[in-house]
Amino acid sequence: MNVATSGAIDCDIHPAVRTTKDLVPYLDDYWREMRVLRELDRLDLMSYPAAIPLSGRPDWRPKAGNPGTDFQMLVEQALDHFDLRYAICNCLYGAQAVFDENMAAAFCRAINDWLRAEWLDRDARLRASIVLPAQSPDLAAAEIERLADDKRFVQVLFLARCDFPLGRKFYWPIYSAAVRHGLPIGIHAGGMFRHAPTQSGHPSYFIEDFAAESQAFAVQLGSLVSEGVFTKFPELRVVLIESGVAWLPAMLWRFGKDWRGVRVEVPWVKETPASIIRDHVRLTIQPLDAPPNSSDLLRLIEHIGSEDVLLFSTDYPHWHFDGDAVLPSLPATLLKKIQVENPLATYPRLAEAIQ
Amino acid sequence: MSTQEVADPRLHTDKSDPVRVGVVDCDIHPAPPAPDEMLRFLPKRWHSYMATYGARIAGQPTSGIVPYPRMAPGHGMRMDAWPPGGGFPGSDLKFMQEQLLDACGIEFGILQPLTIGSTTTNLELGAALCEATNEWQLEKWTRKDRRLKAAICVPQEDAAASVAMIEHCAPEKDFVHIAVPTRTVEPFGRKRYWPIFEAAEHYDLPICMHPPASGFHCNTPTGWVSYYIEEHVAFAHPPQTIITSLIMEGVLERFPKLKVVLVEGGFAWVPALAWRLDRLWHRMRDEVPHVKHAPSEYFPRNFWFTTQPMEEPESPEHLLDTIRWIGAGRLMFSTDYPHWDFDDPRNAFKTTIAPQDRAAIFRENAVALFRLNEA
Amino acid sequence: MSRHVVARAGEIPVGGRKLVTVAGRTVGIFHLAGEYFALLNRCPHQGASLCTGMLVGFADSNEPGEYSLTRQGEMLRCPWHGWEFDIRTGQSWCEPSRLRVKAYPVSVEAGARLVKGPYVAETYEVTLEDDYVILTI
Repeated sequence: MNVATSGAIDCDIHPAVRTTKDLVPYLDDYWREMRVLRELDRLDLMSYPAAIPLSGRPDWRPKAGNPGTDFQMLVEQALDHFDLRYAICNCLYGAQAVFDENMAAAFCRAINDWLRAEWLDRDARLRASIVLPAQSPDLAAAEIERLADDKRFVQVLFLARCDFPLGRKFYWPIYSAAVRHGLPIGIHAGGMFRHAPTQSGHPSYFIEDFAAESQAFAVQLGSLVSEGVFTKFPELRVVLIESGVAWLPAMLWRFGKDWRGVRVEVPWVKETPASIIRDHVRLTIQPLDAPPNSSDLLRLIEHIGSEDVLLFSTDYPHWHFDGDAVLPSLPATLLKKIQVENPLATYPRLAEAIQ
Repeated sequence: MSTQEVADPRLHTDKSDPVRVGVVDCDIHPAPPAPDEMLRFLPKRWHSYMATYGARIAGQPTSGIVPYPRMAPGHGMRMDAWPPGGGFPGSDLKFMQEQLLDACGIEFGILQPLTIGSTTTNLELGAALCEATNEWQLEKWTRKDRRLKAAICVPQEDAAASVAMIEHCAPEKDFVHIAVPTRTVEPFGRKRYWPIFEAAEHYDLPICMHPPASGFHCNTPTGWVSYYIEEHVAFAHPPQTIITSLIMEGVLERFPKLKVVLVEGGFAWVPALAWRLDRLWHRMRDEVPHVKHAPSEYFPRNFWFTTQPMEEPESPEHLLDTIRWIGAGRLMFSTDYPHWDFDDPRNAFKTTIAPQDRAAIFRENAVALFRLNEA
Repeated sequence: MSRHVVARAGEIPVGGRKLVTVAGRTVGIFHLAGEYFALLNRCPHQGASLCTGMLVGFADSNEPGEYSLTRQGEMLRCPWHGWEFDIRTGQSWCEPSRLRVKAYPVSVEAGARLVKGPYVAETYEVTLEDDYVILTI
């Protein structure tokens, strides 16, 4: 057991669906039949092919099945081994990316019900994000309403690359529902593949798509602020999951400088973008695009300008560290904050659970 | 009496080196006083084509305005840069000399013409526009003020035409770089562009890549942004795509002496990109076995960054960390005259830079890269 | 502090301005409907000639997508980066507590009152026919 993380709240772990057969108990008759007729066997998200090294640390891969499909392994290797108080499940099964919004909604419902029955019900430490069919904000809002009473759902989940930048009014019905129920928005690395991964089209290699994800996170922050989402929804919180973190200060600096001169374009943005982002946005720490030495890492945190912003995560079973090296080289008090206080401050439903 | 009311650290001007030896400005935008002037350099068949069908600029829904209109007239020009004698900002050499070259102690100014020849979908027209822009730079600018140096504008989507243009222009020493926009039809490391790299390396000409006003694809991976402020912040992203592509496609293995300058993207994002690429490459290098070195190793070898628009941290001294992480040898000062987000060499740095770093950033790096002493 | 004549009262139209150089500083004098204000012609950001910028209103909003424009002609946009300054106070809009351009008191005085005052004024030829715009610097 890793004592250094005892009592930590893990803000990003990945239980995985094996095939859509797992979801059959949670589909209605129509979709059960369609699943067979149209061979809707697998909806694995291509942002995270199961076989790439990143998707599963070698010792975290089951002998049979993709990383994250084995409940017992997750319990032992994540919850028990890191001695976690809670862990938030972010299921990246690709129902969110499907083009038919009704199919997307049906399979997202099934994923959420599967999460409840086969994960949350089986270990009291587990919590989850509601997987949303973001391509239809109305259906997504309905899904939030359907599940909101189950307090084990602590967040709603978007992918970082969608149809539109997430600040657009198109998505506001989702934010409305989320805020009503005290649910932060989680934006997770990955995409719906509606647009090319870069401004210059499609790169040859997967590693390039992956590298470009940090740009998508920056765009989403720019959009949420510029479109006035935080003006309209002052209680909204946003968590960027698996973003890499190190890109943030440069973006804050540039955004702030631009805002001073371009403010008239978006006059509903009344404070500096950096202060808005520090108030409303949090980032999980795995993976960390960290500088090679730890004193520079501390400088980077100073550049971010807040100790409240980082949230602990293992990102189990994704491969970002070996052995128990999950914690970055930072002062112990800051690490404690990252592991416990910051997650509790970010997720109201977690804070309520421990009262 | 003090001319500053508030002791805000961001207002501090570095006064350690008040007498500047000479500044190299790596990003000046010359303009024709009226669109007609460029027609003189363009074959007649294109006059009526453009008058009828337009310039076929990719990603521009309406004519007359850029897709994301700026907050100042002239597509975002400094309000005080309109020449008193008339014409567009940046079109009057005399006024440019007064307001920029002489006033700011510019020893050399590198032109970035931003020709639409690189972002038009009609590649033949693109080649003609690039050729016209290249001739125009010599006649109207570099032959009249020897401080100014020209760009070989190329229609990069047509590699063969680009190579021909480079070969034609390279013997003329007023041309010191090859100009390409940061948004292209494919990521810039892809094979279709390799003939350009071969020519660039052969003639030892850096490729300077500057954001265009529009591009061939959506401006972000998650759809089109609504506002200019978002677009401007996202100018920092295409350079990251370019660096990633050039490294991961193996361009820098095949053309190790290639020199690429990322212009007008700022620079504070550079260290995080290097750390991110290293982390990903360590985990997934089996996908790209032709990449022989950790990605961060290519940064000090093949890439330079112009400083404008200089990022402004709330604590100005944080920028010193950034400069240390990138290495002062990679940075080259630029004003972006006459655009609104212009950086003044006398006041752009809000924190004190070590003298040898100042000399490198303001002059030495650019003199070496563009071989300005060989003029 | 000293006081300087910089213009006649009728010389600068409403909504207009005049740049003057006094005691080694360039100052912009602005006329807003019967009141005069003067700002140092140097933007605290990067030193641009602030007082040559565009005069605009104050753009505000309560809700995304809703716009209002008030105080038309009372805000000065720096000609370079567009930072907005309230002509009346020199206060910049963005982060108003942190940034300000130097503002000088300006008053319109009838010719007869030029002679005495709390500050010693430079001596000028004066007549009583016109009102003078006096700059205190």
